[in-house]
Amino acid sequence: MIIANAVCKRYSEGLTALRDVSFAIEDGEMVFITGHSGAGKTTLVRLLAAIERPTSGSIIVNGQNLASLRRGAIPYLRRNFGLIFQDQKLLFDRSVLDNVLLPLAIIGLAPKEAARRARAALDKVGLQAREKAFPIALSGGEQQRLAIARAVVNRPAILLADEPTANLDSDTAADILDIFQAFHQVGVTVILATHDPQWMKHLGPRVLRLEHGRLSGADGDAL
Amino acid sequence: MRQFLHQHATAWRDALRRLGASPLNTILSLIVIGTALALPSAGWVVLDNLRGLTDGASGVQQISIFMVAEAGKKDVAEIESRLRETKAVNWRFVSREEALKRLQASEGMAEIIASLPRNPLPDAFIVEPADTRAETLEAMAKSFSAWPKVAHVQLDSAWVRRFNAFLRIGKLSLTLLASLFAGALVAVTFNTIRLQILAQSAEIEVAKLIGATNTFIRRPFLYFGALQGALGGLFAALLVGSGAYLLAEPLAELISLYGQDFSPHGLSAVGVAALTAVGVTLGWLGAILSVAIHLRRFD
Repeated sequence: MIIANAVCKRYSEGLTALRDVSFAIEDGEMVFITGHSGAGKTTLVRLLAAIERPTSGSIIVNGQNLASLRRGAIPYLRRNFGLIFQDQKLLFDRSVLDNVLLPLAIIGLAPKEAARRARAALDKVGLQAREKAFPIALSGGEQQRLAIARAVVNRPAILLADEPTANLDSDTAADILDIFQAFHQVGVTVILATHDPQWMKHLGPRVLRLEHGRLSGADGDAL
Repeated sequence: MRQFLHQHATAWRDALRRLGASPLNTILSLIVIGTALALPSAGWVVLDNLRGLTDGASGVQQISIFMVAEAGKKDVAEIESRLRETKAVNWRFVSREEALKRLQASEGMAEIIASLPRNPLPDAFIVEPADTRAETLEAMAKSFSAWPKVAHVQLDSAWVRRFNAFLRIGKLSLTLLASLFAGALVAVTFNTIRLQILAQSAEIEVAKLIGATNTFIRRPFLYFGALQGALGGLFAALLVGSGAYLLAEPLAELISLYGQDFSPHGLSAVGVAALTAVGVTLGWLGAILSVAIHLRRFD
């Protein structure tokens, strides 16, 4: 359960990225955050993942208020999330398998069990045959799938993706969205930020629409 | 607990991978660290050997009393009786003939002695006081020199004391040198870790975003610092050891020419272990400082 209440985010340069944003996301929901570029989608994603803190208001994830979270508690909060970034943040000096192993090394999983789980995650995104390849050798769609594999290998309860289909052709984007849909169907909360409206009809998720930092006309349950 | 062990194993693997990833840098760092540790420890080995050289002599505190050359049996008897009255001393008389014989037995002296027209040596007493404190010895030497027909009184411990003072200065300079090099070693590790953090900023950033704690991120760098320090320490031990090995034979030969029995020694196993431990400690320290400063920007 994620609850945002009257969230504001102002940057020191005087830019207000989010104003008075409130919503609730139930466990297992699939939610799209949409809006034009600059509407505050990325800021909202960063606030949800505790990469930044709100200027005012509260964000509660699994009962913890991110606005007042101790610095030392942030890593443990992040382990609830599978994060997929706009720029993917893959490690280009490591093989596909090693990229997926990183989250498991962080939690200290035994190497054998970790390798088994990493291969299972690669299997889910259709990259099992490329585990020895390096990310540079992958296509854009494959790189995005690798980013998803790394995000889900920890079996997170919440998948949080920022523009996961940007820079992909529509067939590849549809493949990627099918993968998210599959995780949604097995009970994972999926939150996608996207500026691309064509997928919403296709998947029929709940939509939170941001306009100039405000939640506007969304069919979300504004509190 | 098992997770903890796996995390540490991962950190060690990372540290080793980073050491192996740039062999040239690793070798250069090891040369710098090894040299920085080798120089003071070589100095220490030299001082330790010198101390061994004086060990035999330093315990004996003697006062030699030399009579004037024309002193007769009566004068000698006078000194003998005075010495008998002096409490708490052992003494023996070395006649001028006996002294000459001893000198002839010494290395290289026989020819010189043979060329002399007459015995130039005086009668002498060697006094070993029970109380060997410096003040007592000096007071005694002073009173002896006032006795009749005494030409010269020599405190034989003086050279040992001078030598020990020299050793003390040596030790002190060595300590200063060692602290300088310790600082250099910390700086080298500091910089190596700084470069590594720069090179791995992508990895550190991603790891933090997906739930790595600061401890997890710091650990491989600390292990790296310690490991590099340990290898540097072993390298230093190798340098000092081979130096001692190469010098041992010519040095023993040189000293035997002076009629001394002396075998120089290098580093003991304890010394090697201590050198490694110093390397580990300083490397760890450099890594801690570097990580504390350079990982801040990822917060």
